[in-house]
Amino acid sequence: MSGGVWQAASAVTARDMLLATRRRADVLTTVFFFAIVVSLFPLGVGAEPAILRSIGPGVVWVAALLASLLALGRLFAGDFEDGTLEQLVLSGESLAMLVLAKVAAHWVATGLPLVLLSPLLGLQFGLPGEALWVLTCSVAIGTPVLSLLGAIGAALTLGVRGAGALTALLVLPLYVPVLIFGAGAVSAAAEGMQAGGHLSLLGAMLFAAVALAPWAIAAAVRIGLE
Amino acid sequence: MLEAFDIACVRGSRDLFRQLSFRVVTGSALRIRGSNGAGKTSLLRILSGLSPLDEGRVSWNGQTLDKFGDDYAKQLLYVGHSNALKGHLSALENLRLGLAIQGIEVSDIQAATALATEGLDATADIPVQWLSAGQKRRVALTRLMFCRVRPLWILDEPFSALDEEAIYRLSGRIVQHLNSGGVVVYTTHQDIEIDAAVQTLELQ
Repeated sequence: MSGGVWQAASAVTARDMLLATRRRADVLTTVFFFAIVVSLFPLGVGAEPAILRSIGPGVVWVAALLASLLALGRLFAGDFEDGTLEQLVLSGESLAMLVLAKVAAHWVATGLPLVLLSPLLGLQFGLPGEALWVLTCSVAIGTPVLSLLGAIGAALTLGVRGAGALTALLVLPLYVPVLIFGAGAVSAAAEGMQAGGHLSLLGAMLFAAVALAPWAIAAAVRIGLE
Repeated sequence: MLEAFDIACVRGSRDLFRQLSFRVVTGSALRIRGSNGAGKTSLLRILSGLSPLDEGRVSWNGQTLDKFGDDYAKQLLYVGHSNALKGHLSALENLRLGLAIQGIEVSDIQAATALATEGLDATADIPVQWLSAGQKRRVALTRLMFCRVRPLWILDEPFSALDEEAIYRLSGRIVQHLNSGGVVVYTTHQDIEIDAAVQTLELQ
């Protein structure tokens, strides 16, 4: 791989990170959405500690999943409209690497805040310390997978009316394994069992997603621009 | 040298153009004319490799585009209808990062100097979204100054929204590029003098 790819990819990340700092409202929307959705459950279900502890892992994970889905709308749509996506395709570097750089920046702006917030929200459900730690780890490993899978859906719906709802329909089924093993890891830890197996599987999903998703995203972007 | 042999573009059930052939030799330009919706932008997107070819073939320096692959993009500069600018970034940031993504490293000083020659020095640091349409177009076209290494320029309505002075500078830049062995393909509705070999292609 030539040095040009790294330069171009780091420029893509730099630009998107700079944009994220300029448009803080976008980042905050995702974070607040996550916090509010998670906080609604104790209010709705009632303050029974045993119930909260058992639903906690699932609730935090479903909310993280929906929050990352919410953020997908901004991944390619803006670039598609203002023509920067065309320039990305025409940079002459590997488009897969450039979209990977884009997804990485997107994850730092929208996924990382979820990781940092999740132990705090887990506390609301009375999760024990070990489970909070596993929750943070599982969200940290799982949300990049969500971003990568979601990016495929976002790229496939480029320029389509009602792209948000369509993206949700496309990617939510793909999110299911991440949800099962993510929430499963936390539940296991909360019940005093080993969460290592679940986390390893999540890690395997992350490796597979990093290796394969960029090519699918790049192909989808090219089709979207035709 | 850019050549097209019997190319066609079909949108739905409608033929935008069919059996279109032309050759643009090194150092000359091709101006594409036609009414709105005649397929000018579609043709440019095909020539840039963004859209696939429905029929025929396009070759650059004797090699067809599909054989070139990603390297073809390294040969060309495409300025599309949209300016490829981020509204929340300044002209300077847009220019520098946009070029870096294209693999062209530019220092802040170089970028600032280039913007100054375009008369944009006073507005180089404010978010591009606050600029007028003509100023945005000029920011987008400042890229041309750093893209002399890319022999083929494909410009979609480059003169739109520009004032007289900017039009003069841009046509001068096109001539300069042609004289140094480049090829330029552009569309425009305005009759602008380009002091070089320009052939016109009329799309029906």
